[in-house]
Amino acid sequence: MSVTTSINDTAAPNSASEARPYVNYETHPDRYAHWHMSVDGAVATLSMDVNEEKGLQPGYKLKLNSYDLGVDIELNDALNRIRFEHPQVKCVVFTSSKERMFCSGANIYMLGLSSHAWKVNFCRFTNETRNGIEDSSRNDGLRFLAAVNGTVAGGGYELALACDEILMIDDRSSTVSLPEVPLLGVLPGTGGLTRVIDKRQVRRDLADVFCSTAEGVRANRALDWKLVDHTAKPQQFEDAIKQRVAELVGESTRPDEANGIELKPLDRTIDGQGLHYRRVDVLIDRNARIATITVLGPEGEQPTDPDSIHSAGADWWPLAMARELDDAILMLRTNEPQIGIWIFKTRGDLDAVLKTDAILMRRRSDWLVKETIGLLRRTLARLDVSSRSMFALIEPGSCFGGTLLELALAADRSYMLATPDDQSASPVIATSMINFGAFPMVNHLTRLQTRFCGDGGPIEKVFNQLGEPFRADEAARLGLVTFTPDEFDWDDEVRIAIEERASLSPDALTGMEANLRFTGNETMETRIFGRLSAWQNWIFNRPNAVGEQGALKVFGSGSKPNFNWERI
Amino acid sequence: MSINYSEKIPNNVDLANDRKLQRALEHWQPRFLTWWQEQGPRDFSSDDVYLRTAVGVDAQGWASYGYVKMPDYRWGIFLADPIADRKIGFGDHYGEPAWQQVPGELRSQFRRIIVTQGDTEPASVEQQHLLGLTCPSLYDLRNLFQVNVEEGRHLWAMVYLLHGYFGRDGREEAEELLARHSGDGDNPRILGTFNEPISDWLSFFMFTYFTDRDGKFQLKSLAESGFDPLARTCRFMLTEEAHHMFVGETGVGRVVKRTLEVMKELGTEDPETIRAHGAVDLATIQRYLNFWFTSSLDLFGSEVSSNAASSFANSIKGRPDEDKYEDHVCAYATLELETPDGTESVSLRNAMNEVMRDAYIKDCEIGLKRWNMQIKRAGYDVVLNLPSKHFRRSIGGWANLPVDPDGKLLEQQDYDQRLAEWLPSESDRAFVHSLMQRVVEPGKMAGWIAPPDRGINKLPVDYEYVRIH
Repeated sequence: MSVTTSINDTAAPNSASEARPYVNYETHPDRYAHWHMSVDGAVATLSMDVNEEKGLQPGYKLKLNSYDLGVDIELNDALNRIRFEHPQVKCVVFTSSKERMFCSGANIYMLGLSSHAWKVNFCRFTNETRNGIEDSSRNDGLRFLAAVNGTVAGGGYELALACDEILMIDDRSSTVSLPEVPLLGVLPGTGGLTRVIDKRQVRRDLADVFCSTAEGVRANRALDWKLVDHTAKPQQFEDAIKQRVAELVGESTRPDEANGIELKPLDRTIDGQGLHYRRVDVLIDRNARIATITVLGPEGEQPTDPDSIHSAGADWWPLAMARELDDAILMLRTNEPQIGIWIFKTRGDLDAVLKTDAILMRRRSDWLVKETIGLLRRTLARLDVSSRSMFALIEPGSCFGGTLLELALAADRSYMLATPDDQSASPVIATSMINFGAFPMVNHLTRLQTRFCGDGGPIEKVFNQLGEPFRADEAARLGLVTFTPDEFDWDDEVRIAIEERASLSPDALTGMEANLRFTGNETMETRIFGRLSAWQNWIFNRPNAVGEQGALKVFGSGSKPNFNWERI
Repeated sequence: MSINYSEKIPNNVDLANDRKLQRALEHWQPRFLTWWQEQGPRDFSSDDVYLRTAVGVDAQGWASYGYVKMPDYRWGIFLADPIADRKIGFGDHYGEPAWQQVPGELRSQFRRIIVTQGDTEPASVEQQHLLGLTCPSLYDLRNLFQVNVEEGRHLWAMVYLLHGYFGRDGREEAEELLARHSGDGDNPRILGTFNEPISDWLSFFMFTYFTDRDGKFQLKSLAESGFDPLARTCRFMLTEEAHHMFVGETGVGRVVKRTLEVMKELGTEDPETIRAHGAVDLATIQRYLNFWFTSSLDLFGSEVSSNAASSFANSIKGRPDEDKYEDHVCAYATLELETPDGTESVSLRNAMNEVMRDAYIKDCEIGLKRWNMQIKRAGYDVVLNLPSKHFRRSIGGWANLPVDPDGKLLEQQDYDQRLAEWLPSESDRAFVHSLMQRVVEPGKMAGWIAPPDRGINKLPVDYEYVRIH
């Protein structure tokens, strides 16, 4: 079948589209260039110390603790290390190793040099990391304190906004600002506008002043306007951190004593065919612009009790699979922008998946199980906001059950093979308890609730047959799959659907999918990925931002942008 | 009861008819006096000091001299005379009429520059808070106070701009200028250098020679500004700033002179022997010079700067002596910049800090020539040198690189080992401190400094410049 046709291009996997080397999301604290991570009992400190010479790409310097994708990749890694390798950590303190400068946000020269696609992908990932901070606080009891020990601007403040509390130094000089609108002619791209009003509930007229004032406000006004939670004078700042940390540690539900598990390097090879992991395999068909992502179910004896789960550690299937899938999603999004369709397949034993799910649910009070569910939740949530068309193909030998059924539910469409003449050859799918609450999307609904637009009737029907294997006709009747072609139609239907999809405008598809994937009420996260990102992406494409005389292009040269004053 | 501020505050800004400004100053002036009492020169507030007071802007007679108690000093507000139909002399607004009000779109940039400049003025007074207690002569004590009250007046000049042109925000910033204090851990001054106390007079002379000269160049560049009130304010400030340079240049020169006398008397160049006789050896002077010159270089900012480009492009801040350049727009000009990795061509607008720094270095050399002439005339072949502009930098492309005073890149280890040769050590500082003994007999000088060639305002050197009660 054409969707898995291997690629002939044996050079660097993405050489057809871009000359850039593959961006790699794997790193380790030993190799961090921009962060210092230290762990002391229940407190981890992540101190930002950006090395200005070590930008991910040439052409800019990361001055004043400004960041690019490379800095955020390290941050993402550090957060996962804290989640899994340091389970006793109850509070993470963000601070800066630079004098009087906490973080000045995303590097503007980097944005000025970047393609539109790069900017959007960068913002999506940084948004996910900040949402992940809030996700860990909300679901797994890990608290975050932003100890803002100097001036904080733009993306720096947006990082602070993602924390549970913001403590700011009051030295009468340091300021907090979102200078994107007045200085750069764009929006704060990682949730700044949304969190200022939705999360911190800053009054909208004050937010209007704040977001249009390039120099921002000093600590006293920041406190008055609810932009920060606490302020402290420089000489009391360390004490204030201790005090806030003590409070936040007290709120945490993470264990007092626990041994972490090592997040070992991923077993991954990249070649002309695609990306290969142990439980996830990605085959790229460059001509058809398709990636086929096959997830393998658990094999052999699976641990059932906490002890054996802990000794399996990073090799435990749910954790290992989540890490590999997470990496594959990030790699494809960043390095393969031309590959517009992702086909999801699974291979393995459905029962084994359902049994693993049962253990995940039964043992979820154990910190490692809980964190694994968290990683799965955040990884699946990446799919919902990925700008790729996703189809699930449910074929014989597949194991779309429970956790892996989420892949089919996340997809824009699913195709399930029907075998009316030979029921025994038919693939089956099944739900587990995990589908009914463990993996909310960013709209805070499960994928089933989203699928049925919150209508309890169809969900109840599915729930009443929890764990039952459904063949194509039953799955279609319950509304769990889109199409169920039989053997005679399968190849053509699937091929035509994919070829047709691949021919449509990628921009229109991105917009359409982003609109259809989320039903129900807005949440802060959907507003960030929807309202904020859409407006930002529009602005990013406008001559007023990126034209020769646009604000982003002329930034730093001293010249003023030349705006087209027409309001649209 | 209302104070007549227009009488109390000498001015040429028609304060008597400006209700808005009067109201702002009524609030601010008492706070300024409280600040002066707390943070200004310690212990001398009831003494009569022979001071110069600005009373107008006439080139012939802009100042009057007389005994004043410092808290009664009449800090005034003066702008240089307007130039009829002045046109903006640089940047994207080149050739347009100078602005009499701040353009809204540039308001925050102007405010930041004025606040940063304004913050250094009271900061230096605070840094020198205790210096009067160890003065080497009444003449020097008076010069210190002259510098202090004029830094105070320069604060007034900046506060006038904030009050007059920046509304409520400007008034808040004016308050903040009094609330931050040099070296205060909780409320430090904006620029790091201005938080270090100046606790000996050799440092004071170096500071007035090198750091105040940075101030002079900042003022010269702001004197070019498209915002006319700022340009006129800074033009007048420069007339006072010249005295501060003079204090620095003659101060260091007199220390050198005294050292040469001791060397001659004893027939030695040995630093220990010179020190034992209460003078500062030339090598120590060179180390102090290295320290103050390099920390002043950092005040100009990074070699490549988007802020500098924006200030120039927006006609906010020009180059010192903009007239002497041919291209005042510099939209396409480039500058070859020396970087650690070789020469790099950068947009001239982005390199304006470096242009200013180079002009400053040239200006610094003048005093060194004079000091070296003295040394040569005395028959010694020692030469005081300005170190390389890449030595001991804390910001910009050369920051924290192991570059020696000759500009050579060394191995970090060599550099660390040799740093003590180039910068004042703890024992140098302890020695210089040990010399700081108070001398207040009219005409008498401390043993480590020669008397000046002439007194103030044609008065003799032994005039009682400060009457200590």
